[in-house]
Amino acid sequence: MTNTWQDIKNANVVIVMGGNAAEAHPCGFKWVIEAKIENGAKLVVVDPRFTRTASVADLYAPIRPGTDIAFLSGLIRYLLEKDKIQHDYVRAFTNAGLIAKEEFGFQDGLFTGYNEETHSYDKSSWDYELDDQGFAKVDDTWQHPRCVINLLRKHVDRYTPEMVSRITGTPQDKFLQVCELLATTSEPDKALTSLFALGWTQHSIGAQNIRTMAMVQLLLGNIGVAGGGMNALRGHSNIQGLTDIGLLSNQMPGYMTLPSDKEATFNDYMKTRQFTPLRPGQISYWQNYRKFFVSFQKSIYGKAASAENNWAYDWLPKLDLPMYDIIRAFEMMNKGEINGYICQGFNPLQAFPDRGKIRRGLRKLKFLVTMDPLDTETSRFWEDFGPQNPSDAAAIQTEVFQLPTNCFAEENGSLVNSARWLQWHWKAAEPPGQARSDIWIMAGIFRRLKELYQKEGGAFSDALMNLSWNYADPASPDPEELAKEMNGRTLADITDPTTGAATLKAGQLLDSFAQLKDDGTTVSGCWIFTGCFTEKGNQMARRETTDPRDQGIAPGWAWAWPANRRILYNRASADLAGKAWNPKKPIIEWNGERWVGIDVPDMPPTAAPSAGVGPFIMNAEGLGRLFARATMAEGPFPEHYEPLESPAENVLHPKVRSNPAARVFADDRESFGAASDFPYVATTYRLTEHFHYWTKHALINAILQPEEFVEIGEELAKEKGIAQADWVKVSSKRGDVVCKAYVTKRIKPLMVDGKPTHVIGCPIHWGFTGQARKGYGANTLTPSVGDANTQTPEFKAFLVNVAKSNGPEV
Amino acid sequence: MNVNRRGFIKLTAAGLAASGMGALGFGHVGEALASSVRAFKLAAAKETRNTCTYCSVACGILIYSMGDRAKNAHSNIIHIEGDPDHPVNRGTLCPKGSALLDIVHAPTRLTAPRYRAAGAGEFKEVSWDFALDRIARLMKDDRDKNFIAKNKEGVTVNRWTSVGMLAASASSSETAFLTWKVARSLGMVVFDNQARV
Ligand code: SF4
Repeated sequence: MTNTWQDIKNANVVIVMGGNAAEAHPCGFKWVIEAKIENGAKLVVVDPRFTRTASVADLYAPIRPGTDIAFLSGLIRYLLEKDKIQHDYVRAFTNAGLIAKEEFGFQDGLFTGYNEETHSYDKSSWDYELDDQGFAKVDDTWQHPRCVINLLRKHVDRYTPEMVSRITGTPQDKFLQVCELLATTSEPDKALTSLFALGWTQHSIGAQNIRTMAMVQLLLGNIGVAGGGMNALRGHSNIQGLTDIGLLSNQMPGYMTLPSDKEATFNDYMKTRQFTPLRPGQISYWQNYRKFFVSFQKSIYGKAASAENNWAYDWLPKLDLPMYDIIRAFEMMNKGEINGYICQGFNPLQAFPDRGKIRRGLRKLKFLVTMDPLDTETSRFWEDFGPQNPSDAAAIQTEVFQLPTNCFAEENGSLVNSARWLQWHWKAAEPPGQARSDIWIMAGIFRRLKELYQKEGGAFSDALMNLSWNYADPASPDPEELAKEMNGRTLADITDPTTGAATLKAGQLLDSFAQLKDDGTTVSGCWIFTGCFTEKGNQMARRETTDPRDQGIAPGWAWAWPANRRILYNRASADLAGKAWNPKKPIIEWNGERWVGIDVPDMPPTAAPSAGVGPFIMNAEGLGRLFARATMAEGPFPEHYEPLESPAENVLHPKVRSNPAARVFADDRESFGAASDFPYVATTYRLTEHFHYWTKHALINAILQPEEFVEIGEELAKEKGIAQADWVKVSSKRGDVVCKAYVTKRIKPLMVDGKPTHVIGCPIHWGFTGQARKGYGANTLTPSVGDANTQTPEFKAFLVNVAKSNGPEV
Repeated sequence: MNVNRRGFIKLTAAGLAASGMGALGFGHVGEALASSVRAFKLAAAKETRNTCTYCSVACGILIYSMGDRAKNAHSNIIHIEGDPDHPVNRGTLCPKGSALLDIVHAPTRLTAPRYRAAGAGEFKEVSWDFALDRIARLMKDDRDKNFIAKNKEGVTVNRWTSVGMLAASASSSETAFLTWKVARSLGMVVFDNQARV
């Protein structure tokens, strides 16, 4: 989230598209109700189903799964055509006036630079034209035919209301009502907030779904303001934290990235990361990358990382592929290229696409380790559970270790919520039996490996041998020690530049990442967390509820990264003179000398508005990007591509039907079905009574939603002779699920390009362990293909067939 | 007045007894009666602040447990409810958060390390030492065999692709950081979390 949960109450219009917050984030969703009641806000819901969120909406528009970009591009076209954009904001804070390279172009569904064989782009033309000093050229009058706003206008011109309706199945009048309502927030003092979750990410074009809405928000002037922003509601309780700390295949803590094989030396590596400003006077904060990196290497390798060995650069693994994501991991497993797999609190047998492929992969492992408080399906994949998990255990040679861990109530530590708050929690009891913490287990494995390498030698082990491990009890590091390690310390006195007095003595905890150095005198395990645990104590444990002007900031509650800033890009909440666009809800303003207000300024505090420092300080041009340069896999502008399994042609460019940059493994392509065999569009989702595959282990939740079902619209049910609570068999090319049918008015057929299209809903929560009835899991049906940028699997749009059934064969 | 939540419960319990009895005209007898009223269970419980383990709204919760945390007293969690001070949930919980007690005490909570040998038909309980020794052995043997120190061009790459790991998404940030350190110092690149599902 760019903003906070409570800040939603400041919105004038709320759009929930790509999520179902009332169902999946109930206690956060109440701030939408607060906005409606206290601020007169209007709620818009765009979703294939009439969801719980839709049931309290002022305006609901149905949409075919996987066509959000067409809808939102039509919205952008509407805003530009009706001139409903916040002009001063767009001109000053976005790259609308920057001029793109002459070579850049788009034709028949492809941007310039496409390579058919590799399914990828040479992106060199997706950039700005530069002047002699290396700055991007700009035309603030927007007359230049290649300035971004004109290229965008041209790009979205094809998305007329007729075209939008043809692709999405949304009736034109509904679409236009949504456009009209959202356009009202182009007024400088009005805000729209966008709330989304997996409904946008889990597509082969997921990242571009979100980009398109971010562009809408930039055009409307709604980023950085109270009641605005792009608010990813996120999923699990600490998925934000695990992402921040870089537990993703190509990541390091604080959004630094692992080197690739092409970056043989430390200098090669730094070259592509320390972005120099692309416009005069801009901050381009990643210029400090070296400070974050050196402080990180010093943190994890201590004295062994020095200037002489380039801060142990070579000890980091280098990547020969963009990512070893989970879809690739299971592909490798199926080919016998992975021998061991460790699942820490993760249940891939239920969570990842194409369950048959996951199971076949696990069977090929030599060993599998699970660490979990609960008895997961993954840890028992080898066991025969009947039709929901048929297996011949004797034929499976995998050694399996099922390690019991504590749960949340049995540990101290912090979690990062979707609003980037680091909140500390305390242990209430001991774990049951011999269950242990993940920290204790990881330390146990580490210490044993180190001992084995000491005794026996073996493959390269410098990184392992020199890993910093300065914990009071090496067998069980204390969470506070680890939190301080992430926060970081100074190794030399830090002095005040004006007075020369030491502000921090050597060895003390740092207050801010601005103190980090690239000479080895500071250490920090995760630079964006610096400030969370200082000499003043554990900032994450703060419980001050004061909320200035009751505006939903609560700056003294816990601690938010970065720098306890609650609203990102908050410089953009003020106009060119530094006065709030919305005088009733200012966040920070320029008082003639500095930025002051209720939040930590996202700007150097003394940078006068006249200096023209752009609010998007992480971008080299300081501006919000309507044109993404080379940051995305499939193009600098979003384009509608059909899901990999779709009932429709791409009417915009039939030859380029789905994402041209999608990575599809050959065997996965074989397992895609055609509409002739699988005529219905299916989508997966969550229920408010369940959380993924855990709550079926909790008695109350197992009683509330006891068994697997699919939702089928009344029209389709009638056509198929399916009555309420009948057994049905739902099939995709990859497998069958036999479960109950829930016949509903909530899903209606959509008219897509003149054809009625039925949608089937598949909640995901069942499996074969726990207290609910046995189920297959919706991932039995889903295709193994991911977003071209993130490899997030396409769970939200695929093809199935459905027929009445007699129940699972036993 | 600055009262904590537990104090508040005690106060209202006492207040109720006192005023109720007083209003009924029991006079001094009321006081004696009030002192014999059984204290609310929660008033004797230990209160611990925590957050809901499920979604990233991260509602504040109060966990109540019996046992005073003396070394030889085992705490038992008896009740979990929303934290009224929390700025996001303000005491409310959804159907998942309201049932947290059932996940803490789920019958399918694991209590001992278990091991399934190749081809075996069932798990058997093993000691932690057995499990961790064997895991370390399997990891090292595979790493020594398959670790890639240099690529074909002779560039130092120090990666290990034949053993992978999936990290949790409800574990603490502190767990995550230690896990990162261990996995990467081994050169592990098949490494991911649940951000995508
Ligand atoms: S109580 Fe519900 S809304 Fe709150 S964090 Fe838990 S799952 Fe999310």
